[in-house]
Amino acid sequence: MTTIAIPEGMPQYDDVPRFDVATVRADFPILDREINGHRLVYLDSANTSHKPRQVLDVLAEHYARHNANVSRSVHTLGTEATEAYEGARAKIAAFINAPSVDEVVFTKNSTEAINLVAYAFSNASPRADADPRFRLGPGDEIVISEMEHHSNIVPWQLLAERTGATLRWFPVTDHGRLDESGLDDLVTERTKIVSLVHTSNILGTVNATARITQRVREVGALLLLDCSQSVPHMPMDVVDYDADFIVFTGHKMCGPTGIGVLWGRAELLAAMPPVLGGGSMIETVTMARSTFAAPPARFEAGTPPIAEAVALGAAVDYLSGIGMRAIQWHEKELTAYALDALATVPGLRIFGPNVPVGRGGTISFALGDVHPHDVGQVLDSLGVQVRVGHHCAKPVCTRFGVPAMTRASFYLYTTTDEIDSLVAGLEQVRKVFG
Amino acid sequence: MQLDQLYQEIILDHYKHPHGRGLRDAADPAARVGEAHHVNPTCGDEITVRVATDGKVFTDISYDGMGCSISQASASVLHELLRGRAADDVAVVHEAFVELMSGRGQVTPDEEVLGDGVAFAGVARYPARVKCALLSWMAFKDAAARAGVGVSPTEVEA
Repeated sequence: MTTIAIPEGMPQYDDVPRFDVATVRADFPILDREINGHRLVYLDSANTSHKPRQVLDVLAEHYARHNANVSRSVHTLGTEATEAYEGARAKIAAFINAPSVDEVVFTKNSTEAINLVAYAFSNASPRADADPRFRLGPGDEIVISEMEHHSNIVPWQLLAERTGATLRWFPVTDHGRLDESGLDDLVTERTKIVSLVHTSNILGTVNATARITQRVREVGALLLLDCSQSVPHMPMDVVDYDADFIVFTGHKMCGPTGIGVLWGRAELLAAMPPVLGGGSMIETVTMARSTFAAPPARFEAGTPPIAEAVALGAAVDYLSGIGMRAIQWHEKELTAYALDALATVPGLRIFGPNVPVGRGGTISFALGDVHPHDVGQVLDSLGVQVRVGHHCAKPVCTRFGVPAMTRASFYLYTTTDEIDSLVAGLEQVRKVFG
Repeated sequence: MQLDQLYQEIILDHYKHPHGRGLRDAADPAARVGEAHHVNPTCGDEITVRVATDGKVFTDISYDGMGCSISQASASVLHELLRGRAADDVAVVHEAFVELMSGRGQVTPDEEVLGDGVAFAGVARYPARVKCALLSWMAFKDAAARAGVGVSPTEVEA
């Protein structure tokens, strides 16, 4: 590698915030596990992250000490639970720089958050009194991309079927970047919403959104960013990104499963009809009809995942304590190291950007013509946990002409030693299937 | 779990040198032909199995597909074991293979019945891979049914 001297007066590499990885690893009990007689090497954090003791403790403590239902009790426990739940919402709002706490809607995961927006369109579409921005019909268009997770494809396909709208998409370049060359033809006055992945779960690509946002504003459409693979790994500022909605999920950011977030601009959430009906989302109910609470309650029918939300708040505290800039930088260094190391493996082909710029620490690859299942199985026998398959992004596999890929993904607790174990494991795969 | 219990030499041999691969037309134009295409939705593996039969004997079993070593070797073994056999025999072998794969490693395979199929005994201990091993066998069952020949009463949960 060449060393580049950064001119004086510019930010130096030594200035970037760092943290001690060994100290962080000690917070994660699962990292002590052995797998098949080997030290666990967990390279599947894009699938789900591990949870530090600080989060596990809060989850247990909530049930042990503060368990009660929220938003409906005058008793002490109910008040404590409500304060903890709403406190978590405030932490998450601050974490993504949301202008208002009420813009944070708790969902089950990113999938549910995207479906919530899609069904709000669906419910608004037949109603003449609904906000026109959410009304879809024949001639209207929904724009996604070829690099979406299935969770940002299927809900829009279904919405298009229900409303008669047309689904269109950005293609992907050979280097695994979003192909914006047709932007002005793709996003037009007919476009009602552009729903785009911010960081690809399969290619690792971090999409530059500025041009797209500008075009979306020009044509008066809405912009949703799927930030499932971004919020865990980098600082996120919804004001700076100028999106209308973002979605992300707790379990990929050191939180528990069963809790996700839809962030939406307050005035848009206010204009959206409810999706799930039930308790907690109403203003008043008669036998004939109901009126609805203001957001976020309007979109949180029924008893929510209370303990999970509280634990996600703890996860946000944990990540903030380390610092998202430091985590981002750590992963950038890991990614650069891994791209160099993987380049030494004969027959290995990386899908997606092969430079550590505009990409995150998720690297998918093929090893010769060895099937990813076989790659993953041999790696597992050595304790190395990677994901294999189509990664819920089949169109990306099709785009690159393979049925499946092997994917290694990193997080704050990942070390360069673990990347060395991956590379050594791949040698073993080559021996078995060579 | 030792890796070589899963990737037995026999399996790797069938994977690297598959027997009878490639879809073929029936030699006898009067033969009944059935074909089925199966997909493993979790990994995207695919296989097409085509059978030709006179109603009693499977005169040919041909296949094409893409997938992992287990799924592709299993198709090769299927071809080897079942081609040219009578439907009654095929039903016995098919049932024995499905039973082996559903046995979570507790079933001792009979080499007389299963031939190279015994090599898959280790696969049954890897729940995530059982579907790979059964992909071609389930496609075969459907293809045979479409040619009007039932080969297995067993439905499997993988």
